Amino acid sequence: MKFTWFNLMPWPDLPDDFREKNRSVWVDIDSKLFDPVRANQVYNEYMDQLEYAESVGFDGIGCNEHHQNGYGIMPSPNIIAAGLARRTSHAAICVIGNSIALYNPPIRVAEEFAMLDCISGGRLVAGFPVGTPMDTNFCYGQIPALTRDKYAEAHELIRRAWAEDEPFAFDGKYNQLRYVNCWPKPIQKPHPPIYIPGGGSIETWDFCLDNEYNYSYLSFGGYMAGKKLLDGYWERVAARDKDDSPYRAAFAQIIAVADTDAEAERLYAEHILYFFNRCLHVYPGFADPPGYRTISTIKAGVLDQFRQRNAFNFSELTWKDLVDGGYVIAGSPETVLHRMKDMITSLRLGHVFCLMHNGNMPDWKTRNSTKLFAEKVMPHLRNMWPDHDGDDRWWIHPLEDRVRADETMADARRDAQMPSGAATGE
Amino acid sequence: MNDVATDAATTTSALTPLTITTRRGIESEVLVGGPEDGAPVVFFHGFAGHLGGEQMLVALAEAGMRVHAPVWPGYSEASTETLIEDMLDFTLHGADLVDSLGLGPAHGRPAPHLIGHSMGAMIAGEMAALAPYGYDRLVLVAPLGLWLDDHPIPDIFSLLPFEFPPMLFAEVERGIQLLAGGGLDFDDVEAIKRFLIGNSRRLGTAGKIMFPIPNRRLSKRLYRMTNPTLLVWGSDDKLIGDAYAAAWSSAIAGAQLETIADAGHMAPYEKPAEVAQAIARFLSATPAAPVTS
Repeated sequence: MKFTWFNLMPWPDLPDDFREKNRSVWVDIDSKLFDPVRANQVYNEYMDQLEYAESVGFDGIGCNEHHQNGYGIMPSPNIIAAGLARRTSHAAICVIGNSIALYNPPIRVAEEFAMLDCISGGRLVAGFPVGTPMDTNFCYGQIPALTRDKYAEAHELIRRAWAEDEPFAFDGKYNQLRYVNCWPKPIQKPHPPIYIPGGGSIETWDFCLDNEYNYSYLSFGGYMAGKKLLDGYWERVAARDKDDSPYRAAFAQIIAVADTDAEAERLYAEHILYFFNRCLHVYPGFADPPGYRTISTIKAGVLDQFRQRNAFNFSELTWKDLVDGGYVIAGSPETVLHRMKDMITSLRLGHVFCLMHNGNMPDWKTRNSTKLFAEKVMPHLRNMWPDHDGDDRWWIHPLEDRVRADETMADARRDAQMPSGAATGE
Repeated sequence: MNDVATDAATTTSALTPLTITTRRGIESEVLVGGPEDGAPVVFFHGFAGHLGGEQMLVALAEAGMRVHAPVWPGYSEASTETLIEDMLDFTLHGADLVDSLGLGPAHGRPAPHLIGHSMGAMIAGEMAALAPYGYDRLVLVAPLGLWLDDHPIPDIFSLLPFEFPPMLFAEVERGIQLLAGGGLDFDDVEAIKRFLIGNSRRLGTAGKIMFPIPNRRLSKRLYRMTNPTLLVWGSDDKLIGDAYAAAWSSAIAGAQLETIADAGHMAPYEKPAEVAQAIARFLSATPAAPVTS
């Protein structure tokens, strides 16, 4: 099992009456709610937490891309990842990911991901989401009906840019480049592990299977609601005659650990409720612009879509609702372990994105939960898939002999040291 | 040309559906009606489609015009919308439709008048800017295609279903009836599915020239549009209001402006007889002197 500690980076100061006074936390959120001075503290605290997660044994640390979003102040995850690459040494840097249809030209993603892979010594996990309608269409103005076509072209360009050894011309519909010559290239060959965050379309499942990419289901609906979707994915895996390695799938889950179940509620409930009841307050008109979803996806799941819309519009959930419904796995280490096992086996997961900072959770509580999970839960989950031990097709392959954070810290601050022989030109 | 009957709204039987295929191979439905020797007019519907109510077209046919009303890709059963990706595709498809209908001097027939509503007017404007001599007169009913920073057009792509009628119609209840196409049962899953698929295809296709801002720089090309032009505007158009009527009026040399009382953006469907009368008056008037800019 691989565990990646994920921080969505929510804005922690949304007011109590946010829902009443704002129609959406995303796209047209009140700009005046953002305080750059406060953000100096917030960004650094969140990045510190990601570094802390590596220090207590998480396999990966994760970030993602959202725009004009009160629950994700990370429009450029690559900036966060660059900071992490310099200050960590062994955790995978999971950028889940760059919305490749938004970059103009998308060769920028090929370059920046290659830089991250080089700086980190081959620790990049590269995510290629289509992007939510909020980000892709309403914030970044992409035409809904053409978004997937543009995504497909960007994907082709990035893969070729990493693979080709000679400059080539790319005559795309959306990108015309006379000299594609990706410089630098990633360390990991033929490319870093690629994860595709998806929402349940058959096209996305096939895209993952065609290219041997990891399929990541990132929702806030919890594992009980996610089971139906993952069941569909595994059925597709079987229908395509692919092996059923659990490492093909990743799932995001909100987790909170305390000494007891009651203590978990006392410590974390208000912050997780802040997340559900304020951070996910999205205007439904932004959730599904006509043309964004394929017709086959609408045909396959119209009712799911209604639920999906609702997923962005939670109405005053209680702690009991969240725990009973599986939105949140919270409680004592024993409780969390039991439910994690249930989730991992029932969804057949090799990777879990652990959402352990939530809403306006203060730093000490985040670290408390993180440490308890790392020490008292994670070790008991390591060997969930003995039949697939060593299957690292969807994980990083870093250099053994790479620059490590403790060395760079010291190296960056040392005075000039002339190599022996340099003075005499030897 | 006869006067338009004021009770034209009750007559819907004068149009015949045809299926034509353009030279590009796009199959299109076209409603055709009126006397074969009548002045040819081509009507392009807007982003909401024909709405199942063609009273204005019937009124024009009864006024003696030969009416042709094609359906845009994405708005019929034929899945042809993937071939239409941008403004030029729409514009050339419009021209291809006129050609496929056998209209214009290339077919030994007079150049047709173009009538467009909303998005259809945006496309008709582009067609006329591209080939002003290919068409006779131009009627633009609440045209999209311009953008004024001081008067941002509401974002129809983020509207919830119940928000459309008050945005598009002066009379909301009538709008609900027209948009629902005779009533939509929200307890019927299959009906909802059909509605969502239809809506996704229609507005998904419209989005190719209207998202995120319905401006594909037609303003740069309007100087080429020398056709005598009538602008028709609903007095209560909440999508694109008076400021846009004024902007279009000043952008097109010699354009006339007619305002339809108690009508919103969907004036051809709310006030079909009145809009048809305005159009008929304009098209039957003595030709104006050539426009000089």
